[in-house]
Amino acid sequence: MFSTIIRALAALVVTTSAVFAADHYKQEITDYDFSFEGPFGTFDQNQLQRGLKVYTQVCSSCHGLKFVPIRTLGDSGGPGFSEDQVKAYAGEIEVFDRTLADGEGDYRTATPPDVFPVNNSVGAPDLSLMAKARAGFHGPLNLGIKQLLKGSGGPEYIASLLTGYTGEEREEAGSILYGNKAFKGGWISMAPPLGDDYVEFDDGAPADLESAAQDVAAFLMWTAEPKLAARKQMGLTAIIMLALFSVLLYLTNKRIWAPVKGTKDI
Amino acid sequence: MAGIPHDHYKPNSPAERWIERRLPIIGLIYDTMMIPTPKNLNWMWIWGIVLTFTLVLQIVTGIVLAMHYTPQIDLAFASVEQIMRNVNGGWALRYLHSNGASLFFVAVYAHIFRSLYYGSYKAPREVTWIIGIVIYLLMMGTAFMGYVLPWGQMSFWGATVITGLFGAIPWIGESIQTWLLGGPAVGNPTLNRFFSLHYLMPFLILGLTIVHIWSFHTTGNNNPTGVEVRRTSKEEAKKDTLPFWPYFVIKDLFALAVILLVFFAIVGFIPNYLGHPDNYIEANALITPAEIVPEWYFLPFYAILRAFTADVWVVIAVDWITGGIVDAKFFGVIAMFGSIIVMALAPWLDTSSIRSGRYRPMFKWWFALLALDFLVLMWVGSMPTVSPYDWISLIAAAYWFAYFLVILPLLGVIEKPLARPATIEEDFAAHYGETGSATGMRLPGEKSGTPAE
Repeated sequence: MFSTIIRALAALVVTTSAVFAADHYKQEITDYDFSFEGPFGTFDQNQLQRGLKVYTQVCSSCHGLKFVPIRTLGDSGGPGFSEDQVKAYAGEIEVFDRTLADGEGDYRTATPPDVFPVNNSVGAPDLSLMAKARAGFHGPLNLGIKQLLKGSGGPEYIASLLTGYTGEEREEAGSILYGNKAFKGGWISMAPPLGDDYVEFDDGAPADLESAAQDVAAFLMWTAEPKLAARKQMGLTAIIMLALFSVLLYLTNKRIWAPVKGTKDI
Repeated sequence: MAGIPHDHYKPNSPAERWIERRLPIIGLIYDTMMIPTPKNLNWMWIWGIVLTFTLVLQIVTGIVLAMHYTPQIDLAFASVEQIMRNVNGGWALRYLHSNGASLFFVAVYAHIFRSLYYGSYKAPREVTWIIGIVIYLLMMGTAFMGYVLPWGQMSFWGATVITGLFGAIPWIGESIQTWLLGGPAVGNPTLNRFFSLHYLMPFLILGLTIVHIWSFHTTGNNNPTGVEVRRTSKEEAKKDTLPFWPYFVIKDLFALAVILLVFFAIVGFIPNYLGHPDNYIEANALITPAEIVPEWYFLPFYAILRAFTADVWVVIAVDWITGGIVDAKFFGVIAMFGSIIVMALAPWLDTSSIRSGRYRPMFKWWFALLALDFLVLMWVGSMPTVSPYDWISLIAAAYWFAYFLVILPLLGVIEKPLARPATIEEDFAAHYGETGSATGMRLPGEKSGTPAE
């Protein structure tokens, strides 16, 4: 009987997202360790601040973060900026305001309630949800086992992409493509954006390519899933409560059935 | 209510009598909660409660989500992000709702396969079975339309592919497709009507669930032996049954708590595990995703849809006989809907007089193969349609039909069933030993067989 139940549950585990398309290219994704992995992992505040700096000084020249309100930089579980720091950060950003200039729209200095600006200048994708919109780990055979053990690998994909440039270039239809080990198909139109010591970190952390890439990947995981800490907290609380509830119900059930089953009548 | 003889509600106070004479609602609730239930039900009889709970969970979370969601193609994706970031507890509501769909399907598949093994679909429970199939179809429609609402890439392209199935119907197909979409392609009218129907259909499911429960409360539950409860007298019925409250309510709640524990672990720690990353990319009619894959719970039927390609001889034969009207695409659509229709017809295709698979030595193996077949179809539905996966899906799809159309009818004729217990009481005693005076419909707290400590 239990085999039937197990079979039903196996359906959940085995097929899962199945869904992840079989990968025909050989993508090389490094399994970086992030502080927010596992059921208890949370974001590293310093790393998020470093990642924000990388985003601000490097990524933001081409990419936007249109779903992320600037004020959330001050949220607990996130970069943890003070109110003044949030205001100061917003003060350095220009956003487009449709209500200005009699409905024509004009640029103005951002305030904390604004979202990070949209950036379509070179057609680069918005990064708000990038860490959830890409999967670094697949398979094997669409069974979803790797994702179950390692997570879907979005941040790992981003960090691997930033460090995965081979140095090769080729021209195709008038545009230059750059060789990249992590990118599907192996050729990406984004020029290597990051290198050793492009950014100087306030906390003195190393700013070599690999460290900076991990920092910005962690930051983008935060922009994609800002409520991660609250979510894990809820999961943990729910599990403890339900475990307790299960035990009580198990004992109640056993006691109710005891006289019927002829087992010891409590 | 007809069925198993049992004690009915008797109003004890003037107030109860006053109400009962005007609206017999206390009696209805009492008779529903105290319904005699076969006492040998095993742990596969818990899924009904899980399903009822999940339906309520989905309706409650869904209603609140609808308060914040905007069914407009330029705003839908952003409104979901608004829920995830700016609505208090919005992320929890959305993750509960999206993973709730998976819980719903895990439970419904377990529930369906339990019915298939223990012959719960057989006379006199055919109506319960058919209503169940209708509920399942509505669930699939609801889940499909719900998946379109976040307006991600997989939402958009999933909707395009699935509504395209209707386009395969000869002559009228394209008109039907246009009518369903509200335009030539998936667009704002599609999103609007899907939102409207996604809100409506759960209430149809709720109504049908009540009818589903009403019907099996009339026939009585099936049970692992498939032997009916004795109805000759109240005393005999009492030896085979226990009241639903508290025996089965507490048992089911225990099972529900354990299942919810797993569910909350998924929601809390891996909420996107069952989803597709592409659905975090906003819908774009100009960019087709590398591979369009439905949610895991549709994969078995998606596999059947894709299994019958133009080079399969059955498809070639049908194409030739119908003069090209039923081409490979339409054949696939017929096969997909047909796979559920043959399941719905199980009560009439199964010729065996024995209900429970427990006493059917040959059936057992064919059934185990069917369950395995279902998992294989689910897996192969996620794989690309190249060798050897095309062959695997064709064989697996063929077995699905063979099970219902050939094996079930034949087994009833050739199989020699094992001896069954004469009564449920006997089966129960075989498991737990003779219980002496401690049998029958006795509530906890009533006089027990041995003195309480």
